[in-house]
Order: sequence, then structure tokens, then C-alpha cells
Amino acid sequence: MSDSKNKKGWSRRKFLVRSAVGTGVVLGTAYLTRPVQKRSLAQIANTIEPPYQGFTNDPTIWFEILADNSVLLYSPKVEMGQGIFTSLAQMAADELEVDIKRIKVLHAPSASGNMDFFSTGGSTSISSLWVPLRELGATMRQMIMEETARIWNIPSDQLTVSDGIISDGSRTITYGEVVAQTTEWKIPKTPKLKDISKYKYIGQPIPRVDLEDKVMGAPIFGMDATMPDMVFGAVVRPDTIGATLDHIDLGGVADMPGVIQIVQEPDFVGVVATSRMEAELAKEAIKVTWKAERNWQLSDIQEMVRVGKGTAVTVQKKGSPKRILDNEDDVLQSEYTSPAGAHAQLEPNGALAFVEEDRATIYMSTQVVRLSREEIAQRLGLKSKQVNIIPTFLGGGFGRRLYTPNAIQAAVLSKAVGKPVKCFFNRKEEFQNDLFRPPTHHIMRGKLDKQGNILAIEHHLSSGDVTYGSPLLPKAITSFVGSDAGAWRGGMIQYHGIPNHRAISWHVKLPFATNYWRSLGLLANTFAIESFMDELAEKAGKDPVQFRLAHIQDDKAGKRLKAVIERAALEANYSNEVMKGRAMGFAASTDVNTPCAQVAEVSMENGMIKVEKVTCVMDPGISVNPDQIRAQCEGSIIMGLSASLYEQMTVVDGQLQPTIYGPYRMALMRDTPKEINVVLLQNDDKPGAVGEPPLGPVGAAIANAIYRLTGTRARDMPIAMV
Amino acid sequence: MNIELTVNGISNQIDVNENTPLLWVVRDMLNLKGTKFGCGKAACGACTLHIDGEAVRSCSYPVKNAIGKEVTTIEGLSSEGQIHPVQQAWIEEIVPQCGYCQPGFMMTTAALLEKIPNPTDADIDANITNVCRCGTYYRMRKAIHRAALLKQQNT
Repeated sequence: MSDSKNKKGWSRRKFLVRSAVGTGVVLGTAYLTRPVQKRSLAQIANTIEPPYQGFTNDPTIWFEILADNSVLLYSPKVEMGQGIFTSLAQMAADELEVDIKRIKVLHAPSASGNMDFFSTGGSTSISSLWVPLRELGATMRQMIMEETARIWNIPSDQLTVSDGIISDGSRTITYGEVVAQTTEWKIPKTPKLKDISKYKYIGQPIPRVDLEDKVMGAPIFGMDATMPDMVFGAVVRPDTIGATLDHIDLGGVADMPGVIQIVQEPDFVGVVATSRMEAELAKEAIKVTWKAERNWQLSDIQEMVRVGKGTAVTVQKKGSPKRILDNEDDVLQSEYTSPAGAHAQLEPNGALAFVEEDRATIYMSTQVVRLSREEIAQRLGLKSKQVNIIPTFLGGGFGRRLYTPNAIQAAVLSKAVGKPVKCFFNRKEEFQNDLFRPPTHHIMRGKLDKQGNILAIEHHLSSGDVTYGSPLLPKAITSFVGSDAGAWRGGMIQYHGIPNHRAISWHVKLPFATNYWRSLGLLANTFAIESFMDELAEKAGKDPVQFRLAHIQDDKAGKRLKAVIERAALEANYSNEVMKGRAMGFAASTDVNTPCAQVAEVSMENGMIKVEKVTCVMDPGISVNPDQIRAQCEGSIIMGLSASLYEQMTVVDGQLQPTIYGPYRMALMRDTPKEINVVLLQNDDKPGAVGEPPLGPVGAAIANAIYRLTGTRARDMPIAMV
Repeated sequence: MNIELTVNGISNQIDVNENTPLLWVVRDMLNLKGTKFGCGKAACGACTLHIDGEAVRSCSYPVKNAIGKEVTTIEGLSSEGQIHPVQQAWIEEIVPQCGYCQPGFMMTTAALLEKIPNPTDADIDANITNVCRCGTYYRMRKAIHRAALLKQQNT
């Protein structure tokens, strides 16, 4: 395999080996690849997140081998439903040579040092750990084998290993036994990784390792965390955009049942009580008046997000698209919009924090362990190492937990009362303090040549912040790139065979926060581009599938894209005809190098669009766990369908609304397609992005199907009623 | 006030404001964390548990109303040594992703199967109205049909 490195060795400084109290041995390393500064800034911006970066020069803990021969794997990436713990266990088990049942995957607390420099996000967890984790597993296996050879005083090549039990043909010893009697370790060169055909777990649809906990209701989430003597906090927050505190009346609140303390800080007021309900009631009883400079309405926001307003950056250009589109006749132009969308993950944001004199312990659902730690340390005046973030399973991520200031508030409240404080948003706060998917406006222009091929095409995108203003990316990166790379994710023209094409990203600053939402700009941008491709195909009088294929270049990325498009058309038996009240729509996109094509089949039920079936063909490269990749496709399709058909945040008299499920209409069981057919191709020799790419085509595929069914082109999300 | 509350077959003496939502009593006083807080307004179903066999959204159900009744949470759905067919089906179909909303769905499904042992797709659409953000509905529907089958085989 190309990525197998036989020559590399781990220095003692980088490969930590130490005995753990009472358990076994802890093995780890500072797995440092190229320093982040030397990576291409544009590359980081484009994929949002670079490959896995070790964070520190200090040794970091990856594995712990226990006396019973089980293995703890400390993950620097968090499990938010995307299934990575299962894939990591598969990768570790195959190189460690242990039964996957012996491996327990845990979230690495920040005190272990095993943190990702950036986040869990950007669909990069498995691709970024693909080489490092297997190399660590292989190195550890080799290290234990060589130690066994020393104990038995025979050459290590006479040893075999199976399920963590080493044998020389006549006797056996377990990893756990070797570990128990070894104090001085010698670190071997990293062995050659196994050939992929030899893997027992990688490539198999292994059931999720967290399946039983999640089915039996185990207390694994941030909101489930408890500590002795724990109390509850609530924080007063404005419900109006841009509001600042005018007057606060705490009269009587301190005497309310259960109230322990009212905490007034320069930037917020909180209350701590003995129960969640008492804290909430006390918070509600605090009389606050806010002042806001402006009474925002939805129409104000919609007027701001228009192509032509704000600043523009050309993010892609080939040939002379502007000259052609400005001067030629018969240019097709269409506009599309998408609204602000909420994350609406089921577990609210919050934390359980216990701040003591010289340390802080924080249990929380976070996608940014390092950033959460730095922010809390800074606020408390502690050193980073004095703050231990213990990540829990996330009750949904979707990008919402890339920014976690509410954990700071829990920590401040804990410091004030000297007890562990659990402080979580209620649902109204969760909606109103979300960092939304930004509203967008798109203008597409296209010109056909005499043969009905596209001569020139351009995509103008206007969006609120995605990466701009985010504490996740250093300012240097956004200013270097000069545009909001998150906003234009999926916004470039993937049909490189078109001789003249360009994409222009317009940026506008909105009065409320917008940020990362699963797949960032991909859903809205693909909605615009892939709807417009169908419009151009119709104008050219061509089949939309063949029309797309005709404009894709024959480079590697183009070939992979063509393959998913051709297979999707075949799998779905794609047709432009309306049959039995059903019509099909086609769309394709490439995200983080993973191409995905989808066919949506829709019907009309009581004047409402119903998505009957979705066919999804994706090429993520190597599928470490095909079942969980299918699950990500199914989930992305339903989330994308929900956002495309139903979801919309509005602004009414300065308030972001709705603030509750139901009025914030999302796809439910009844809206879910009865058939979702996922086909996985593999035209790459490594695992690629999975968690976001299948969100790309959903909206456009549905809109294109709606057009075939009704003759009406849906250009504004949400598109449930046309 | 002091109340007696029976949860998963165990009787508990609790000193609590009688208007406290049952959800917080179960989670924070009895330390049964499987019942989740989602919205606090009975809109998402994450807090669904059983009261005398009926699916109830416990975030909006005062604890006083549960006095003298049998409360069952996800932790008590399976009986000793016998996994509940709904949970078995959820495992076989590998339904959960993040997993947070799943106990509410399983409790809702278990109650549904007591009333409609073999639900049609239309029955499922009409009765399963909880919210899942990961989009596991597709596998859930399969799991609900499978659970109905398992339940019939068991009896």
C-alpha cells in the first residue's frame, strides 16, 4: 500500500509508554504530521478542516491495555452519531490483532493530551486518522511482540499473534500479561501496514460499538453527567436580536424556593438553584428590560442577503464567462434562495462544570475540545492544563457544537458557588441562540452554444457568515483566503468541461449569528447549481443526466463524478416521464472529494409534495464501515429533505422564531421516503468524507422532480408547497 | 411535599414540589437518565415514558399526577433477562445514530404495539410523531415492523 511506511520510527520522546496505576500500560504518542502553519491555508479553508493534527509536543494517550487483555482506545474525535467510534475500533482491531469486542472506545479527556487541534467536523475524522491510528496500532502490536521475544528469549519472527494472544507454537501469553511484567519498553520502527485484503474488520458492516448503550438508555450524554453535590444554573438571555441590558430587577428572586445564589457578571446574569426547575423559575422571575437599536423583520434580512450587496470575491474562474454572459443574447438567468435554518439537535447545549481553586472539570458535548478548554481557561484565569474537558457522547452535533460559550457560563456559576453546576439551555434559548445556517441568495447565468452545450456559466452566491467570525479558524486563514470558504462550499462549478465558468461569493454581515450547519453552504449551493443545470438541459432539449455527463472532464475527480452519476441513473431507472403520479429529479455534487448523485421520486398528496423514494450513489473511497456510511446517507437525505421542504427561521419584531419543534417544521416519520436505496462505489484507495457529502444533492433532486411533476420550478426553499 | 412514586416496579419516597415535571424527578432525583429532555413543551417526544402503559411526554406532566400509578422508563422496558422486542429490533436494525432521541421513540413504539400489535405504515406515520434530527426514521420504520414480528413470535 502506498501509505505504508516501513522506515518511520517513533522516538521515545514521542511514544509514551508508562505504567498506569492498577490497570496496565498506557501507550501513546504525539502523532505530529506537518505543522499546521506549513499547510496550504487555502486547503484548510477549502476543506474547512485539515487532516488530523496532533496538538501538543507532550506525549498523548491513545491506547491503554488492561490486565484482562482488553484495550481502551482514547479517541481525539467525538462521537455525535456519525459512527466513527465503530470505524476507529475496526481500524485499531485490525492492526492490533485483537477481537473488536475487546476494544472499548472512549472520548479522550483533554487532560490526556489527545486532542484534535481543530474539531470533530468537516467529514474528516476517518480519513484523517486512517494512517495514524493504524500505524499506532501496528507499532504497539510490534512493541508487545518484541517484548515477548525478549521475555522468552527467542527471535520475534518466531511469534504469531491472534486476538491479543501471542504464541511461539508451544506456549502463549496475552498482551495484558506482557504489559503487566514490563517496565522498560523499547519502541520499534513502525511495521508495514497490512494489505487491505487481509483486514478482518475494515470494510465490514460491523454493528455500532455504542449500539447497546444507546438502545438501553445508558447515561452517556453531556446532559446526563452528574457529580456529587451538583446544583443547577440558568442564565438570563435576551430574546431580541441585538438587545443589550437596559434594566434588571432582582427583587424577591433570592428568596425563591431552592435559590442558592444570583450571579452577576459583566456580560450575563445567572442564577443557581438546587433543581433545574427552581433555577428556571428563578430566572424567569428576574425582571429584565432590554434595549435594541432596531426592530428587525424577516424582510430586512432578505433585503440584506442579495447578490450585489456586500463584498464579492471570485472564488473560481476559467475562460471569459463574464464577457460572454454580459454581451451575448439568449442568456438564461435564474435566482434561488434558501432561508436561515436551525440545527435543532435534540440535546440542548450546556455543560456540567466544577471549578475548584486550581482546576476545572467540565463534562460537555462539544465538537471543539481544545477550543472549549482554552475559552474556559481564559475566562477563569487558569492555565489550559488546569482545565480538563471530559467530552461526552453528543446528542447531535451538526456543527452546532463548534462554538460553546455556554460552557463558560456553567464554569463561572460553579466558581461562584463552589459546587458543580449543570447549566443547559431550554429549547427557546436553544433556538434563539443558535448559530444558524445562513440565508442565501443565488443568481445563476448560463449560455448554450449552437450544439446545445454550455458555453459559459456563473454562480453568484450571497450568504451570511459561515467561517467568518468563527473562533474555530484563525483570522489569518479567513483573511488570507479573502472569502468565506464555508459559505461557498459546494458553490464552485464542478463541470470543468464548460469552457467558461466562474463562481463569485458575496458576503454580508447579518445582525444575528450564522455559522456551521452540517455541510455548510453545500445544500443551498447545490440546490442552485443543480436546479439550474436542469433548466439549461431543458433549454438545450437534452436529457439531464447525459447533459451533466457531457460537461465533466476526464480527470480523476471527473471520472469518479461520472461514475456515481451513471450508476445513479441506472439504479433508479431514471426517466423524465411522469409515471403513476410520480416524477424523478436528478442532482449530483462533490464535497470534500466525495462525489454523490441522487435521484428523488416525488408525488403530490393533498397539495403537498411527498418524497417517495431516493436513490443515492456515493463514492467515499474505502468504506471502513459500509453500514454506517449507508446510515449517514439515509440521515443526510432526511435532514436535507427536511431543510429543503419545510424548515425556515423567520424574524418577527426582532425575535428569531419559531422557538419550538412543530412550529419549526421538520421532517417526521410521515415525511420520510419509504425507500432509500444507497449504493457505495469505491474509486479511491483511501477512505474519504462521508458525513456531509450526501446532503448536497437532496434539495436540487427534489426540486427537479417537482418541476417534472407540476411544471412549476421551485427556486425558493422551503419548497413543500409549490 | 413527600410523595410515593413507583418507577420500574420500585417504590420511591420523594420530597419534591408536586408540580415538578415528572421528567426531572425521574432524571435528577431517581437518577434514571434514559428519559431525555428535548423541548420541555411536549413537542418532540424525547421524554416519553409509560404511565400505566400509556406513552406520556413527561416534560409536561406534573409528578403529582403519577402518584399511585406505574411509571416505566427505558431502563425498565426490558424485564430481567428478557430484552424487550422493541429494543431487540432496534439493535437488529442498527437504528441509533447520536442516540439521544431513541429512548423516547422506543417507549412510544412499545406503547403503540400494545394497542396495534401489527401496525401498518399509515399507523406508524400517524402515531410516531417524535423528532429525530439524525434522520433515523427510515431504519426506525423497519425496526417497528420487526418489533411487531418479534413480539408476536414471543407470545
